Amino acid sequence: MAQPMGDSHRRFLQAIMSLGIVDESQANALHRSCCEQHGVNYDQRSLDDFIGAINVQLQPVFIQIRTGNSEEDGFQYRALVNMAETDVTRLSSDYAENELELFRKTMDLIVESESGSASSMDILNSADTLLTRKLKKKEAELVLQKFVQDKWLNEKHGSYSLSTRCIIEMDQYLRNTYQDLKVCHVCNNIALQSQICDNPMCGIRIHIPCVARFFKGNSDPHCPECKDFWPHEIPEIQRPPSSQHQRLSENAAPSTSGRPSTSQSRRPRR
Amino acid sequence: MSQRRKVAASQGKRRSQAALENDGGEDVSFTQPTSSQLQRARDNFTSVQVDHKAAEVVQFILIKDQKKIPIRRTDIAKHIVKEYRAVYQDIMVRVGLIFERVFGMELVEIDTKSHTYILINKLEPTTEEPLSLNPKIGLLFVVLSVIFMKGGVIKEAVLKNTLKKLRVDFEERHDEFGDVKKLITEEFLRQKYLEYTRVPHTDPPEFEFRWGIRAEKEVSKLKIIELVGQLHNQDPQIWTQQYREATSQSSQSSQRS
Repeated sequence: MAQPMGDSHRRFLQAIMSLGIVDESQANALHRSCCEQHGVNYDQRSLDDFIGAINVQLQPVFIQIRTGNSEEDGFQYRALVNMAETDVTRLSSDYAENELELFRKTMDLIVESESGSASSMDILNSADTLLTRKLKKKEAELVLQKFVQDKWLNEKHGSYSLSTRCIIEMDQYLRNTYQDLKVCHVCNNIALQSQICDNPMCGIRIHIPCVARFFKGNSDPHCPECKDFWPHEIPEIQRPPSSQHQRLSENAAPSTSGRPSTSQSRRPRR
Repeated sequence: MSQRRKVAASQGKRRSQAALENDGGEDVSFTQPTSSQLQRARDNFTSVQVDHKAAEVVQFILIKDQKKIPIRRTDIAKHIVKEYRAVYQDIMVRVGLIFERVFGMELVEIDTKSHTYILINKLEPTTEEPLSLNPKIGLLFVVLSVIFMKGGVIKEAVLKNTLKKLRVDFEERHDEFGDVKKLITEEFLRQKYLEYTRVPHTDPPEFEFRWGIRAEKEVSKLKIIELVGQLHNQDPQIWTQQYREATSQSSQSSQRS
């Protein structure tokens, strides 16, 4: 049953609004600190109920704190999502028209790739074909950096993929826009960075962290759909580093403590 | 501010998008409806419709607030409220309730002539707050502390010198803050954290800084003075005048809520 909303909930909501997305350990740390600050009993197991209570109140304004998993590490994340509109244009208050067009092109490249990623070269080449206003390579590079900074794209060794935040927020948009978008055979969520069954008649996708769980300890893995041999490497299940619990409070640059700003320069680059 | 709350306008997305780009729009006539007009208007719209409009206004204000730009009533009316203008007050009452109950914020009218609003955080800020990863806020609090401890107003030259001692130079790019001068004399002003006025009868002109209305509403002077006390390893009560002002602010705000 939904709990009534209190200041601990409100503080949690404000934090999520300013951070955009948090991982599970951050969410727990935040939950704890919000409860403690407002003298509410903290129970780690109640995070889902706690967020549920906020979501009940947010529902009339078409906003939701939604849960999703990272395609890379498989961990759970919480992101603030606008329900009323999942179109890319929602980013419009932050980006120019041609920047948005570049973002759409990047999404096309990523979704249509087998690896769920696109090389910076391909993306920068597509910047030449923008209809709104062309971007020079140098400018396009800066725009891509901005997308990474704002947590819409991930970048690894010059190849770009959709971030967890992007997939959680744009779920509906992606499903509507890309007809042949594949979902993961195990978790049923959108699968971009994944392993693909080699059988061309089958071709199902499984997220890498889902592969790790699904085939755990299995020395002779077979496709759950077509029963062909599963030829890919079966990765180890990743465990969240336990030290992460510390991280949030260390970085907590108190907005009002007015601590000399040097103390904040240690924060990690997002 | 750098954090992006991804909250975009709802149904009226094209319209509100246009609204965002079109801030400097002309003033729209805005007359108070008479009570009979109001009654008729209320009959025209169902409670669900009014709630829906209120939700759109909430989203609109949240987007604007990301950059902490004051929100004008004419913009809300022109881009969101539109044909619901007759029940504008009803809508805004609901909007106010949503901000208070759900977000812990208060929509405050900072100028009753031009009808501009800002969103104020109602939650007591704490030192444990993991909210802000924004270094600019750190600088802002230093500036506010200096102004407060100097008696509420400070000459621009004095502030420059003080910051220089902290290795923050008005004229130089700072790694964390970027263009310091622009941040302090433009961004913080626009966000109503600071006020910047010319000292009368000065030639060449001199300027001075005061706390802006957002700072007055959002920032606890008691917290500031406690912090300054910690930095100087002093009991904050030794600054009698500032301490008195700080405690009277906090008792006022506790009466309000």
